[in-house]
Amino acid sequence: MDPINFVILAAILFAIGSAAVLLRRNAIVAFMGVELMLNAANLALVAFSRIHGEIDGQVMAFFVMVVAAAEVVVGLAIIIAVFRARQTISLDEPAELKG
Amino acid sequence: MLDLTWLLIAVPLASSLVLLIAGKRTNAWGHWVGVAAAGSTFLVGLGAFIQMLGLDAEERSHAVHLFSWIPGGELNLDAGLLVDPLSITFVLLVSFVGTLIHVYSVAYMEHDPNRRIFFAYLNLFVAAMMLLVLADSYLLLFVGWEGVGLASYLLIGFWNQKPEYATAANKAFVVNRIGDMGLIVAMGLIFAQVGALDFATVFAEAPGLSTATLTAIGITLLIAACGKSAQFPLQSWLGDAMAGPTPVSALIHAATMVTAGVYLIVRSAPIYDGAPAAQTTVAAVGAFTLILGALIGMAKDDIKKALAASTMSQIGYMMLAAGLGPVGYAFAIFHLVTHGFFKAGMFLGAGSVMHGMSDQVDMRRFGALRAAMVTTWVTFGLGWLAILGVPPFSGFWSKDKIIEAAFVGEGVQPWILGGAALIGAGLTAFYMSRLFFMTFHGKARWTDGQHPHESPALMTVPMIILAVGSAFLGLFLALGDSFSHWLEPVTGHAEHHDPVLPIPVIMAATLILVALGAWAAWRRYGAADVPVEAPAGSLATIAARNDFFQDSVNRGVFERPGTHLTRTLVYADAALVDGAVTKQAEGWARTGEVARRTQTGQVRSYALTMLVGLVIVIVVVVLGGL
Repeated sequence: MDPINFVILAAILFAIGSAAVLLRRNAIVAFMGVELMLNAANLALVAFSRIHGEIDGQVMAFFVMVVAAAEVVVGLAIIIAVFRARQTISLDEPAELKG
Repeated sequence: MLDLTWLLIAVPLASSLVLLIAGKRTNAWGHWVGVAAAGSTFLVGLGAFIQMLGLDAEERSHAVHLFSWIPGGELNLDAGLLVDPLSITFVLLVSFVGTLIHVYSVAYMEHDPNRRIFFAYLNLFVAAMMLLVLADSYLLLFVGWEGVGLASYLLIGFWNQKPEYATAANKAFVVNRIGDMGLIVAMGLIFAQVGALDFATVFAEAPGLSTATLTAIGITLLIAACGKSAQFPLQSWLGDAMAGPTPVSALIHAATMVTAGVYLIVRSAPIYDGAPAAQTTVAAVGAFTLILGALIGMAKDDIKKALAASTMSQIGYMMLAAGLGPVGYAFAIFHLVTHGFFKAGMFLGAGSVMHGMSDQVDMRRFGALRAAMVTTWVTFGLGWLAILGVPPFSGFWSKDKIIEAAFVGEGVQPWILGGAALIGAGLTAFYMSRLFFMTFHGKARWTDGQHPHESPALMTVPMIILAVGSAFLGLFLALGDSFSHWLEPVTGHAEHHDPVLPIPVIMAATLILVALGAWAAWRRYGAADVPVEAPAGSLATIAARNDFFQDSVNRGVFERPGTHLTRTLVYADAALVDGAVTKQAEGWARTGEVARRTQTGQVRSYALTMLVGLVIVIVVVVLGGL
């Protein structure tokens, strides 16, 4: 199979993930969208690694996974803290930073 | 004793500080400390004078090194004193007259709660004046110059609970500042040309400088002298300075401080000798002021202001003499000394009259005080004869010499200067006789409840001593030209020049004019009744009464335009400099106001912005780069 198809799939997954981040109010779902975008990027990296026959992309994908794991911990903690404070996890509710 | 002259400055300064710092504890005896300090300066000065008399004329200039004052690369200046015949003359005058006035003040200020502070200021003045005349460099002289200005300011405004007195003090200070600027500029010029400020170096190098430079220095020094000595055009402060207590007027504004300008010019003789134009200007200023002061004196009804106008006029004589060059230097100082005696004596007499008349100063309210105040009448009378120049009293010997010297020269100059001096003598006779007759003769025009009485001995004794000086000092100093020879090491030897008129003619003309002036004054103010209210008077009288509108002129020419200029500058500063900064800041604030709206606080809109931005970047990179 032509490895370029993986790149296209990665682009589709990235679009779905970003749409989830932009369109969903629920913080958990938006968070899942972020994860989807990260994994789409991983898929693209691995696909590029295959296309070029080099290992750099795969190494980079591992890095992304490690960082994503840490990011999940922090992100979920923030969501829980927000929920405790406001009894909601809607992304549209907190607007304290309005200028 | 010559090396101890630093005591002349240190003792009164220390006494002044003690009286000011120790405060009310010294109220009971503080004034005697002040008197003792002043008296000790006279003893030290007398000792130095006697020692100097024992030296040859060439060795009489004695330098006292005090300390290294400003050790700098370019400017290396030591603080030192120059004790020579000129400075010792001033030391003796200031300390002798000063001591007498201190004694007088003990009684005059007896009922003033702040008498101790008054004596502290008087001592401060004596210290500053000593520093002024003993300094061996222009910069140290300037310190004393400012010091006497400060003391003068403090003492004019001594009764500053009256706003107009405080204003008079401010006026004196401000006008003096203009003169001080002249001295600062002169010092700058000297330093730029010579590279030093001590008299020895400056005067040694003065003959080598160009005439233009010397003229510039001479003119700026003249501005300084005009400010301090109340000469035209900086004369306006002296009349108002009479707001101070009368002993202050006698010491500072008649005998000593106001003559500092004459001292400055005589001291700077080597500079003026190379600048004939500056000399002529000095003489012209002196001649003009002597007439101006005399005319003002003729119209004043306030006894102190009339005496102040007279002081202005007499200092005009000294300036005139100082502007004549080596011919006149000695006569300028001679007249300064005799004037110091008779004018201080007359001011003390005026103070005695005020003391007996409940501080009345309007001469139209005096009259017939001869019987009530015999001592004051006699002492004042001797001063009056002296200032008129009646032989053999002091003023005759000094003023007559100046009039003769003014007639020396070529062209029209001796006729103008000599004529002014001659007419001035007649005017002087008129206004001083007017003052004398209005006060002591005629009918009593006292306000109700006045009981004039003679002053206590503490006041009359100094008056008597000064009156004796007024009577005989001139004769004593003129014997064999001893005073001129005494000053010769400083002023240089003057070749004898014959005046354009024979000396007996000048002398006779002077005496006739004096007699005419005195006779006219007797007709109007001695024999005839003097109206209690001042008559409306002619236009000239009104002008002279108002000091020839000097205040209006100053206000119109300097104050108003100055105020407008500063207001314009303040406005320009606010509108342009501040305005530019403010407008810029306002612009940024408005920009921020617009940019603020993009900060919605909505997380998803931020995310959208980021995504759109990213897409734009990618599109640009892809389309532009590949």
